[in-house]
Amino acid sequence: MVEAGADVQLGPDGRLRHFLTAEGLGRDRLTEILDLAESFAGVHDKSIKKVPLLRGHTVVNLFFETSTRTRSTFELAAKRLSADVLNLNVQTSATAKGESLLDTLANLQAMQCDLFVMRHAESGAAHFVARHVAPGTHVINAGDGQHAHPTQALLDALTIRRHKGGFEDLTVAIVGDLLHSRVARSEIHALRALGTREIRVVGPRTLLPNAIETLGVSVFHDIEPGIADADVVIMLRLQRERMEHALLPSETEFFSRWGLTPERLAHARPDAIVMHPGPINRGVEIDSRVADGPQSVILDQVTNGIAIRMAVMALVAGTAPREARP
Amino acid sequence: MATDAATVEQWLDRMADEIRASVGDDVHDLLIVGVHTGGVRVAEALHTRLGARDPLGTLDISFYRDDFTRIGLHPRVRRSELPFSIEDRTILLVDDVLYSGRTIRAALNELFDYGRPARVLLAVLVERAGHELPIRADFAGTRLELAPGQQVRLNHDDLGLSLRDARTGDPIDG
Repeated sequence: MVEAGADVQLGPDGRLRHFLTAEGLGRDRLTEILDLAESFAGVHDKSIKKVPLLRGHTVVNLFFETSTRTRSTFELAAKRLSADVLNLNVQTSATAKGESLLDTLANLQAMQCDLFVMRHAESGAAHFVARHVAPGTHVINAGDGQHAHPTQALLDALTIRRHKGGFEDLTVAIVGDLLHSRVARSEIHALRALGTREIRVVGPRTLLPNAIETLGVSVFHDIEPGIADADVVIMLRLQRERMEHALLPSETEFFSRWGLTPERLAHARPDAIVMHPGPINRGVEIDSRVADGPQSVILDQVTNGIAIRMAVMALVAGTAPREARP
Repeated sequence: MATDAATVEQWLDRMADEIRASVGDDVHDLLIVGVHTGGVRVAEALHTRLGARDPLGTLDISFYRDDFTRIGLHPRVRRSELPFSIEDRTILLVDDVLYSGRTIRAALNELFDYGRPARVLLAVLVERAGHELPIRADFAGTRLELAPGQQVRLNHDDLGLSLRDARTGDPIDG
């Protein structure tokens, strides 16, 4: 079930109905989303930062896991599209009293909500919900377990395209805890589909998934050769909270071997950009001098996240004629 | 009713005269804003003729259309560019064809998200009968009535106009 997202997210007419995974979307559709996001970026310039596309739609942020950046940028994106937004912090709501996921969903649908933005600790949760929602209702995956975080992958792709112009000539290094990273998995799918020349994964053996090279990436176990001559360095957050076993000796040791310092970054191309999906652990995977330095585009990623989330919401919610809803 | 570019250029000269006569000494202070895509080309022509001081503004009204949930969203939406403050200024909004009035309704909505202009004037090359909203052009190159299945469209390469089948886009002779 986990890998079967591509078939669920397209409607019978081939249009995007849900947005669950970057996998299987193909270059044209990914480019379409990036282009649309680019045009939404202009909305920030207006004195009224809104367009009326989703006026009358209700978007529910259904977060079963905590999030600040993703939830707030989804909320801002929905509001800039003029949708009404309901934020549910499900950890403190009825599920805590034993309500099942499908019961929560049925209740929200009974309140005529149109679009669910969902984050859940279980891989495949958004797909499960997408299979059960009524026609005319849409689901966007805002991160499911260790599986996928497709809007993050796309906002990273948009950030790369804005700084580098394209993907064909690029070497992208993804560094750190890939084992627990849904971001990395979505990123590899998206960057490959967009034609990136070389994708490297760089990390200690204990934090790289088995057989990751089958995704078409080259594997490095040392950071210096891993980021050598890279155009883009994507640092991942060390996800201590997801580590069930002793995969690492200590954060200090991780930083001494894997942390991105200015000295290490000098191995990458001089015009390389440094990205991080946030929240950053300063002094664990990244040095503050790099995070706040001239090559860092970490805050651009946050800004681009709003445009990407507007594009994805507009695309999925625009695919079903409203009059055809039940 | 194909109209060649030379004729349309004459209409534009006449429209520019009418705009000058109407606006008076403030004509160089007009903010000229074209609606993508045809309207931008017409707006460029008027911008040159009127010697407007400010750069040309452009609007892509795709996000303001009232039929987007029916027809879906075109992915290649251009960015609207209004490189000036519209607050308390007089705007000359320009499109190629005014028909139902829905495009101009959307353009006005978008414009007002950028600020509060003092006045908005509308100039179009063709004002076609069949308005569905109380919107009229202040300046028009020509006014005409067409059969429902027909469409008047700006040529790809110049400012000439041709009559086309609205469904297929094929040219109609005559």
